[in-house]
Amino acid sequence: MKNKYLLLFLVILSIISIFIGVKEVTFADILSLQDQAVLIILQSRIPRLISIIVAGMSMSICGLIMQQITRNKFVSPTTAATIDSARLGMVVSLIFFSSASTFHKMAFSFSFALAGTFLFMTILKRIKQKGTILIPLLGIMLGNVIDSTATFFAYRYDLIQSANSWLQGNFAMIIKGRYELLYLSIPLVILAFLYSNKFTVAGMGEDFSINLGLNYKQVVNIGIIIVSIISSVVVITVGRIPFLGLIVPNIVSIYQGDHLKKSIWATALLGANFLLACDILSRIIIFPYEIPIGLVVGVIGSFIFLYLLIRRRTA
Amino acid sequence: MIEVKNLTKIYGDKRVVDNVSLEIKKGKITSFIGPNGAGKSTLLCMMSRLLKKNEGDVYIEGKELSQWKDKDLAKKLAILRQFNNINIRLTIRELVSFGRFPYSEGNLTDEDWKYVDEALSYMKLKDIEDKYLDQLSGGQKQRAYVAMVIAQNTDYIFLDEPLNNLDMKHAVEIMKILRSLVNDLGKTVVIVIHDINFASCYSDYVIALKDGRIAHEGSIDHIIESSVLGEIYDMDIKIENIENNRICIYY
Repeated sequence: MKNKYLLLFLVILSIISIFIGVKEVTFADILSLQDQAVLIILQSRIPRLISIIVAGMSMSICGLIMQQITRNKFVSPTTAATIDSARLGMVVSLIFFSSASTFHKMAFSFSFALAGTFLFMTILKRIKQKGTILIPLLGIMLGNVIDSTATFFAYRYDLIQSANSWLQGNFAMIIKGRYELLYLSIPLVILAFLYSNKFTVAGMGEDFSINLGLNYKQVVNIGIIIVSIISSVVVITVGRIPFLGLIVPNIVSIYQGDHLKKSIWATALLGANFLLACDILSRIIIFPYEIPIGLVVGVIGSFIFLYLLIRRRTA
Repeated sequence: MIEVKNLTKIYGDKRVVDNVSLEIKKGKITSFIGPNGAGKSTLLCMMSRLLKKNEGDVYIEGKELSQWKDKDLAKKLAILRQFNNINIRLTIRELVSFGRFPYSEGNLTDEDWKYVDEALSYMKLKDIEDKYLDQLSGGQKQRAYVAMVIAQNTDYIFLDEPLNNLDMKHAVEIMKILRSLVNDLGKTVVIVIHDINFASCYSDYVIALKDGRIAHEGSIDHIIESSVLGEIYDMDIKIENIENNRICIYY
């Protein structure tokens, strides 16, 4: 039922999004098939809309998967070194292949994201004190170390400008031909849907999973691979979007619980809605200029994150 | 029947479980007792594939543990441990429905739901089936997990310290349920238990471990004996017969 409202809301926001921009496009322009209006819609507005929806959905689902397989509500690609590793991978690919193609960047950032996340999971397994707050803090620390490494090499090789452009997520650069890589995350999102029951069982812990005959390690590894690919794809095309994978699954968990089969739809829809709303906001606050969406998401997201932290304390 | 042969677990240079051989008879409650660090839980975990063994074999109905497929074994044997550390937000009904995971991978058929409903009513959880686990008391949670195991419909049910953190009322409730699972549904139950009086009143067979080895095993009459328990626990334990139960006094 709630999903219906989320879907309706998404449609409304999508329509608003299409008609917001420096170049005024009205509904009548499209109906009369005015060349310039159609061109803007097809080349810029719709690609932007699609990329926001895909990124919003897939990053939220990434967070959901991470939280399930680490059994910690505050772990997400941003707090588990995944995103930072993806960025390091991109810097490395630029160092070795001065004009790295998108595919190169993709391959490198994916392998680094995968390695970084596995490193985090290995550390997680080793530490005895599994405090709810301690684990994401550890992930953030590890992420910062990796991020500093990336920045160091970026300075050494004069790549700091390109490296920083991925720091802040931004949809302003999205035009036709530069976002299609994002489509790669769609099959992975479908895979996540198919695995939703298995991720739920994995979320009950290794002992529980073995008891129910689930191949725990395999499911965890598949989860990490899905998260790493999606994260690197999003970082390459859009940039870093903080907090999204952290707060969206947490909000859904409060009212829908953690049965993924039930909550994964709501998570995907809410993620798309949230990101789209932030994007619209980032476009109208200092109209006709734009604030990077990463900034807007960061500001709003950190407040929601704080609220979730305090709520958990008192609960 | 479950047969354990020369089972051994080594941590560092300590043999936590040392060359243990035993048999679990069908249709009985078997209790593992013994002091802390005797290797009871380790033994139970190895017998149920939660823990890798260093040496030895476990035969479940004649087939070695490693020969079983994960999914088939999950229909034969269920193990529950550490009830209290799950922090996933599921309703009781959702949790119990995962007991059918080995059969349907989460896409439950009408028959699966029948098992879920039966398990819920068996554990008297029907009224609160839509409550989330984090809203439940310790006793209710425990019942929910046992309901999941009932829905899993295995012949063998292993429980690691099922009475942990329960008050007397709920502890008795759980033990009575285990008793009726054996008597009414013909299940085979193996528990690790610390309270020897609960072991004495509710189990059919007792296996006492000490320092990773079996110190004694046998029926209640044989094990709940001053001399036997005194040797296992290194303390004076008096035994009184009260209403046909052998009660230990050691306070």
